[in-house]
Parts: sequence; structure tokens; C-alpha cells
Amino acid sequence: MSKQIGIEVSLAVAEAVGLCDVDVVAAYPITPQTHIVEHLSELVADGHLDAEFVPVESEHSAMSACIGSSAAGARTFTSTCSQGYALMSELCYIASALRLPIVMAVANRALSAPINIWNDHADLMYARDTGWIQLISESGQEAVDMSILGFRIGEDKRVLLPVQVNLDGFTLSHFIEPLTIPDAADIKKFLPPYKPALRLDPDNPATLGPVGMPDIYTEARKAQDEALKASKPIIAEIFKEFGKQFGRHYNLVESYKAEDAETIIVIMGSIAQTAMTAVDHLRSQGKKVGIVRLRVFRPFPGAELFNAIKGAKNLVILDRVKSFGGGEISGPVALEIKSVLYDKQHHPKVGNFLVGLGGRDVTVQNFEEMVERVASAKIGDLPAYEFINVRE
Amino acid sequence: MGIASDALKNFKGFNLKNLPEVEPVSPGHRACQGCGEVLALRQAMKAIGTNAVVCSATGCMEIITSPFPQTAWRTPWLHVAFENAAAVVSGVESAFKAMNRKKIINQPNTIFVAYGGDGATADIGMQALSGALERGHNIIYFCFDNEAYMNTGIQRSSSTPFGASTTTSPAGKKSSGQSTWKKNMAEIAVAHGAPYVATATPAFPIDLMNKVKKASLVPGPAYIHIYSPCPTGWRCGIDESIEIARLAVQSKVFPLYEVIDGEYYLSRKVAKPKPVTEYFKPQRRFRHLTDAEVQYIQGRVDENYEKLLKKIVVEDKKKEKE
Ligand SMILES: Cc1ncc(C[n+]2csc(CCOP(=O)(O)OP(=O)(O)O)c2C)c(N)n1
Ligand code: SF4
Ligand SMILES: [Mg+2]
Repeated sequence: MSKQIGIEVSLAVAEAVGLCDVDVVAAYPITPQTHIVEHLSELVADGHLDAEFVPVESEHSAMSACIGSSAAGARTFTSTCSQGYALMSELCYIASALRLPIVMAVANRALSAPINIWNDHADLMYARDTGWIQLISESGQEAVDMSILGFRIGEDKRVLLPVQVNLDGFTLSHFIEPLTIPDAADIKKFLPPYKPALRLDPDNPATLGPVGMPDIYTEARKAQDEALKASKPIIAEIFKEFGKQFGRHYNLVESYKAEDAETIIVIMGSIAQTAMTAVDHLRSQGKKVGIVRLRVFRPFPGAELFNAIKGAKNLVILDRVKSFGGGEISGPVALEIKSVLYDKQHHPKVGNFLVGLGGRDVTVQNFEEMVERVASAKIGDLPAYEFINVRE
Repeated sequence: MGIASDALKNFKGFNLKNLPEVEPVSPGHRACQGCGEVLALRQAMKAIGTNAVVCSATGCMEIITSPFPQTAWRTPWLHVAFENAAAVVSGVESAFKAMNRKKIINQPNTIFVAYGGDGATADIGMQALSGALERGHNIIYFCFDNEAYMNTGIQRSSSTPFGASTTTSPAGKKSSGQSTWKKNMAEIAVAHGAPYVATATPAFPIDLMNKVKKASLVPGPAYIHIYSPCPTGWRCGIDESIEIARLAVQSKVFPLYEVIDGEYYLSRKVAKPKPVTEYFKPQRRFRHLTDAEVQYIQGRVDENYEKLLKKIVVEDKKKEKE
């Protein structure tokens, strides 16, 4: 039987990873990810989890060891964020190119400088070109479920890609929530043992990570791209299967009161909960406002997103990172959406707002302000992006 | 007795009559003619055999053995990046440990090897190596030391010897080449408490292979620093690699020794040392050195050798018959 308990989300994620019967965890501490790996090492120390915990000397070595472990055929997990992610990023490109289904929880945190341990999506966006699948959690329950789903999706023979499970640092990772940790037997049914297509096997030697000359490099890149492209419907299919078994249903893109909305807030992660409060309030005033939330950022669910937002006249797109590019380029979420809109020849008003950087609160009022700002703007008046709730 | 000496109690080494025929690194790779590094790699892997997983750092030995779709490797082999072979092998070893314990696989006697050049080891990969040695994984790490970044065109490393001209420590009107003394990686490995540390060179193949064999028998981390001449970078003849490597030992520039459970054993005593000038002569990287500089180097080489002798507890009586 699965049990509902009140538990800190980080510990719940670690419990879920433990129930997935991982073989190797290699990780390095960084706030606010620490509780996840501390708890995993505890599970190993107490004999609840039969795994090797490799206490590496850096995140760079964490991902290096994960690559070695996954290439050896072991189910492999790590967790990091922010500076730790930046340090290991060289290897993240290699993990996906080697098609290794490592799962990594990222307790999203801002990047230095100034050094800041609080939540935003700088690390999530840093990772967007690395070829990993990126899942994004709104709640603790989702963080738990996405962790289990991460192994199942990544290890699917049709996918074979690493998966990043994003959960907002502190605002999710350190919250105590009532949530359901699935039963080990149910997880076992959903997640069969990992059978690698190819592993470092002395009885069957293979050369992994060779030199790719110009005559094959493009083909290698294309093959990898095909895998990420092909993963989108498979992720949706596995979400469905999960829903059937566990009763919690997930989609690539989630909507809240968006069907008839004139203004849609597009958002990722846990601040959707504040956004819902704002939407309920605005709806009570008769304003037709809704929310569309991206659960998957890579592969980008362009078609699903378009279907969810195409009825709206106004889009309020939130970015939780300053991706530097000068004044004429929107934030990363808005950029992707604008490119989808352009391809569909669809031209709603788009306001792009940079909010919640480095742990700055985003309030219900902020949402109302952003909605009003776009609704009342004339076409062509909105800048590429603007900061909200910032001192001049 | 420590874990290494225990494991080596009944050690039976290679000799000229029982050399293994297996060639885990097969011929046909793309090394330069006369490459001493690939010769060292070949000898080391002959001693390891094929029941191994090999993790390679970026560098000459990675590039020349793995141009897709060809491979020189008869063992499973994984290259990830330049600075992390020791961390990668840590992951491989941990995975095998967990999977053997959980009966997912049954390969308990696999040998885990990582190797890198001097740049990959003494410079950019030092942290990853330090971590792996400290954590005590059951691995063997080879540093193939050709005393510069050869793969990228002969740039200096912290393992480049004093006075050598490289493309980033060039000799010139105001420079005598490398201005710093060579970093002593073997001592750094010893300082980590690694149960087995040794130095070797392909000019003494039986010695090299026996050290590799011992490293494979010792539980825990083993480090072997292998002096590997590079005719392309050292600007010597393609038929001079072995001669130069032998001179390096005979001139005390590169002494051969083992450190087993922290105890030092000299592999060959240099009774009548040759002057360093003889070692320098075939190598154009040292051609610019003045007499005074040569004298300074000779002084430091002698001094370092004396320091090493003071640590030695036993000298190996058996001389290699070659
Ligand atoms: C992070 C990173 N920095 C730099 C390089 C470029 N690079 C590749 S191999 C190499 C030098 C290798 O030197 P060494 O480790 O001594 O091996 P050798 O080629 O001499 O055998 C360098 C600088 C790289 N691949 N990755
Ligand atoms: S450059 Fe030197 S080390 Fe590299 S393959 Fe050529 S001879 Fe060997
Ligand atoms: Mg080198």
C-alpha cells in the first residue's frame, strides 16, 4: 500500500529514488539540494537501500562517476543545482551524447554572482541545450512522481536519455507537504530493472566515447536530436501509464482555467500555486484569466503548448532567470513560445516578465499587475521583457 | 604487513619466457612512429589482459586508438573528457561493486583501469585523481608522462622538466625553456596513502609489466607513473625512444621504484650513473641549455636521487635480464 505522510519534499524525493532501487548515487553537497543526498546516504548506511554511495570531491566528478556508472549498466542518480550544475555542465553534454539514462534532481537555485542560495531557474535554463529531458515539478508530490518517471522515461529503449527532475529550491525542496510515496511493489511493476542496450562488459567489449571526425560528427548529432524529438510522445505515453497505475495524471502541458481565458499566464514550477490564487481572485472580478504550465521544457512541447494558448488574446509569460542578450531578446521561456507563435502565424500580445530572481517573492498582486499590464497595453508597446517587483 | 604486501606475498612475475600473447591494444592505431607512450600503453595492457574496463582521459592515447568507426581496443573502453578519467573509473568500479553484490552481473574479478597523460594527471585531472585515491576505489591509474601536452601541440605541463623547450615554454633570448621543476606525481600518490605506487618506463618492459600486474593484485587504488618518450615532442629520432628512456633511468633523471604500503623499494640501483648531458644529447628540446643550467640540473637530479635513496628500505636484487 502506498502511504500518505507529511514529509519534507527532499526526503520524499530521496525515498522515491531509493524505492527505484538505484545502484549508484554519486553526489556532492550544495544548498538547497543537500537533504536529498544526505537522506540517500542515510538510506544506504541503514541498509534500506542496496547501492553504492560515492562521496565525490566535486560535482564535476559526480557527473563523471555517474557517466562511468551508467555506462557500466547501473541505475544511477545524482542531484545538484546552481554552481554545482555549472561545474558539472561539461559532462552533462557528454552524458546525453552517450545516451545514458542518469536521473538528476536539481533543486533549482540562482547562479552567482552575487552568490545567492535561493530559488530561481538559472540552472534549469543553463541546462536547456545539453540534450537532457527536463521535467519540472510544481509540488512535492510531482517532484516524487517525476523522479520515478525520470528513470522509466530515460531507460525506455526508445529514449535512452538522461533526465533532469527540477524542483524549486527551498520553496519545494524544504517544504513539508502531505504526499503519497508509492509502494515499492507498485514502483517495481511500473519500473522494470534497467537492462542497458550496451554496457562496459569485458565479455562483450565495446568502445564508448570515441573520436568523431567531421565525416560522422553531424550524423552523431542528428541521431541524438532524433532521440530527443522522438521522446516527446513517449513521455506523454508514460505519463498516461503512470496515471493509470497511480491515479495521478500528468501532461506535457497543464492548464488551469485556460479554456475560455482571454489572458493566459504561462509559467513553470512551484509559483504556479500563487498564480492560481491570483487567477481565482481575478476570475471572481469577472476577468477571464487562466494559467498554462509547462511540465516538460525539453523536449519543448510546442504543439501542445500552442493548443493550450491559441485562444488567448494576451499572454503573460514568466521567466525566472536573466538570460543576458541585450534589450531586444526575451527570456528563454518567452523566446521559445514566440518562435512557436511565429511558426503558427499567430499574434497575441505578449508580455515577458522577469520575476522571482534569487528567491525574490512573487505575490498575488504581482500577477495581477502583470495581467493588467498586458491587457491594457497597445499592440507593439510591450518591450521584449521587463523586470517586475524591482527597485530602480 | 599491509594490504598490498599481503596481496603480493606469493607474487609470480613475468619473465622473457612467459610474456602474455594477448594484445588488448591492437596494432594499427594512429600513433606517430616511434611513440614511446603507446608502447608503454601496450605493455601495461598486456599485463592487465582483457578482463578489464579501461577509462581514458582525452589526449594522444585516446585520439590515436579510437577514431570512429575504428578502435584499437579489445577491452571495454570509455572516454569521457580530459580531466576526469579517475572519477569516471570510480563510477565504473562502484557500479560493478553494486551490481555484483545485487547479482545483476557476475563479474567479480574485473580490473578497473584509468589512464591519462601528464597533463590529464598532474594538471587538469589532479583533483579527480586525488578524490579517487582518497576514496580508496579498487582501481589502477596510469599516468603516461611524455612531459608535455602532446595532443594539442607540445605545450608545457607541470610535469615538463626544468629547461625543456615547449611551445608555451619556448627557449628564447630571455628564456631557457621551462622555468619550474617537474612536479613529482608519484610522491603525491604516496602522500594519499595509496597501497601501491610505482614508477616505470617501457625501456624496462618486464619491470613495467610486473608493476602493472602487482597493481592489479592489490586491493584499493594503485598509481603507476610511466615515463613515456615522445619523439614528436622531444625532437629526437623516431628510433631513439627506448634509448632515451633507458638513459633517463641510468642518469638518475627518472628513478625506478615501488612504494608498497608506504615502504620504498628501489627497482634498479644506478651504480655508475651517466651524466645528464648524455640524456639531453639526443633531445632537441634541451639543445639551448647553457653549461651553467646543465650543472644546476645535474645538481638537483643528484640531490633528488639521494633523497629517494634515504627512503629506500630494500633494493631489488634481481636484475632484469634484457
Ligand atoms: C577541458 C579541456 N581543456 C583542454 C582540452 C584540450 N586538450 C586535449 S588533450 C590536451 C593535452 C593532453 O596532454 P596530456 O594529458 O599530457 O596527454 P598527451 O597528449 O601528451 O598524451 C589538451 C590541452 C580539452 N580537451 N578539455
Ligand atoms: S605526439 Fe608523441 S605521444 Fe603523441 S602519438 Fe605522437 S609520439 Fe606518441
Ligand atoms: Mg603529455
